Amino acid sequence: MAELPGQIKRMSGGIKQLLEQIFGFSRRCLFRIISMGPIPNHLAFIMDGNRRYAKKCGLEEGSGHKAGFSALMLMLQYCYELGIQYVTIYAFSIDNFRRQPEEVQSLMDLMLEKIKSLLEKESIVHQYGIRVYFIGNLALLNDQVRAAAEKVMNATAKNSRVVLLICIAYNSTDEILQAVKKSCINKYTYNIEASGSYKHEDTDSEIEAKDIENQEKKIQLVDIEENMQMSVAPNPDILIRSSGETRLSNFLLWQTGNSQLCFPAALWPEIGLRHLVWAILNFQRSHSYLEKRKKQL
Amino acid sequence: MLSLLSSLLSLLFVFLISFFIITSHFSFPLSLLKLLGFIKFTASRDDDDNYKRDEGTYVVGEEELQRELMPRHVAVIMDGNRRWAKREGLLTSQGHEAGAKRLIEFSELCFKLGIHTVSAFAFSTENWGRHKIEVKCLMSLIQHYLKSKIQYFQREETRVSIIGNLTKIPESLRQTIHEIEEATKSYKKKHLILAIDYSGRLDILRACKSIVHKSEAGLIRKEDVDEAMIERELLTSCTEFSSPDLLIRTSGEQRISNFFLWQLAYTELFFSSVLWPDFDKDKLVEALVSYQRRERRFGCRV
Repeated sequence: MAELPGQIKRMSGGIKQLLEQIFGFSRRCLFRIISMGPIPNHLAFIMDGNRRYAKKCGLEEGSGHKAGFSALMLMLQYCYELGIQYVTIYAFSIDNFRRQPEEVQSLMDLMLEKIKSLLEKESIVHQYGIRVYFIGNLALLNDQVRAAAEKVMNATAKNSRVVLLICIAYNSTDEILQAVKKSCINKYTYNIEASGSYKHEDTDSEIEAKDIENQEKKIQLVDIEENMQMSVAPNPDILIRSSGETRLSNFLLWQTGNSQLCFPAALWPEIGLRHLVWAILNFQRSHSYLEKRKKQL
Repeated sequence: MLSLLSSLLSLLFVFLISFFIITSHFSFPLSLLKLLGFIKFTASRDDDDNYKRDEGTYVVGEEELQRELMPRHVAVIMDGNRRWAKREGLLTSQGHEAGAKRLIEFSELCFKLGIHTVSAFAFSTENWGRHKIEVKCLMSLIQHYLKSKIQYFQREETRVSIIGNLTKIPESLRQTIHEIEEATKSYKKKHLILAIDYSGRLDILRACKSIVHKSEAGLIRKEDVDEAMIERELLTSCTEFSSPDLLIRTSGEQRISNFFLWQLAYTELFFSSVLWPDFDKDKLVEALVSYQRRERRFGCRV
């Protein structure tokens, strides 16, 4: 009699495992079919709606973000299984520092815990050979989080299969500003060095040559792009923002000029496979037209 | 057992694929649409709230709009002229003409509702890659409309500004632009901005070059370069409200297509499946009602 609950538990555990295997198998079959069309190279996520999820489910304040983290791990698994090479996530914006100090502190604690967990053997980083980048104004973070982030970046520097870019303390306008400042400083020092060698010239042909040099010294688009922190990845093909808000909130403004934008209404912890599949099918629909346009240019 | 299951599943998938291939010979969009429709149904069961808010399963009236919640700057990407012309059995040039007419009506409506600035993406830097005849036709259409509407804009006291590269456009158009900007530069209550040969990235690059130039000339210090300074150097600094509150893109495409990039940081986006020449007053009111219902948080809790 006392063995019955134990047996039932073992049976239900076994059935659960079998169901998981069946779902995993059918999911991989589905991905094989979808991969017959063009697959995006780079996917970006704005993980919006954690707080609303916690409120909706009657959970305590910080648990929405924990549920959001589990949803994130699931989405990363799907993306890398599908063969998407770059995934970018918007973890924390510079504007978010203006929230209540308790909320900011709890978010920082959660992020520290999760960043440290990335280095564990069973983490998704080792499973898929992920190279991790932390993009943003890291100087704004506290020392512990910054040190953990740098440790993860160094530890995963040798991985090359897939890439995960975590935008933390990030604003697109701040990124562009830093890139502009860097380009200015680079050009300034280049000009100083170059002008040093032109001190003794007076002849016309050499002045003409100097004018041509001047043109080259001027900043080009590629100079700003090189100095962007996100230059380690190509531009995103799809940007997905959960919770139904249709705005960019200062995320990847420079890089998403030609990206497909998707705004599923589901809150971030509720996001699932069907939203990802829908976004990719939409991407495949407009892909051939966009490739034709790119060739025209 | 697993091999039996896998062979069954793969048979099913092979059947599905061959079905699609066969139907594609007859009507590819139809079969793909059906598949998309099915996936959309399962994916968007919880999207009802989104649609109710954005497209209106009921009629929205002007009475719902609140004057004090009107956006100050509305930007629009006027997409769908060519598809509209094809649908109506007209030439592409007639599609663009219908689009130009629609823009005049759109801006008139916006100003009447109390919106201060309207900006429209008339011609992108990437559009130079289109067919030469279409480009020529677009340029002459823009010139014709600007020239013929100078008195209209003066009557309506609307300031007109043209932003963009403007070095590759025909000389006659450049002269007309200069004329209309001069004729309307004193008006302050309403502002219509046309983006011609505009690219968001090149706008930021231009701002960057200007800052470098000023810093080399000693007018500014490198340490003083901040976001506000870059914003002042962008082409949209010609208007008081340089960042749009609302961006509308018609024809169902969900992309920014290199329009404003910096300026759209906190802009509410509204995507309408209607083609631009069909974007009438009702659709505009829908877009504005959707905007007014949104909760703008700018990164922190309101």
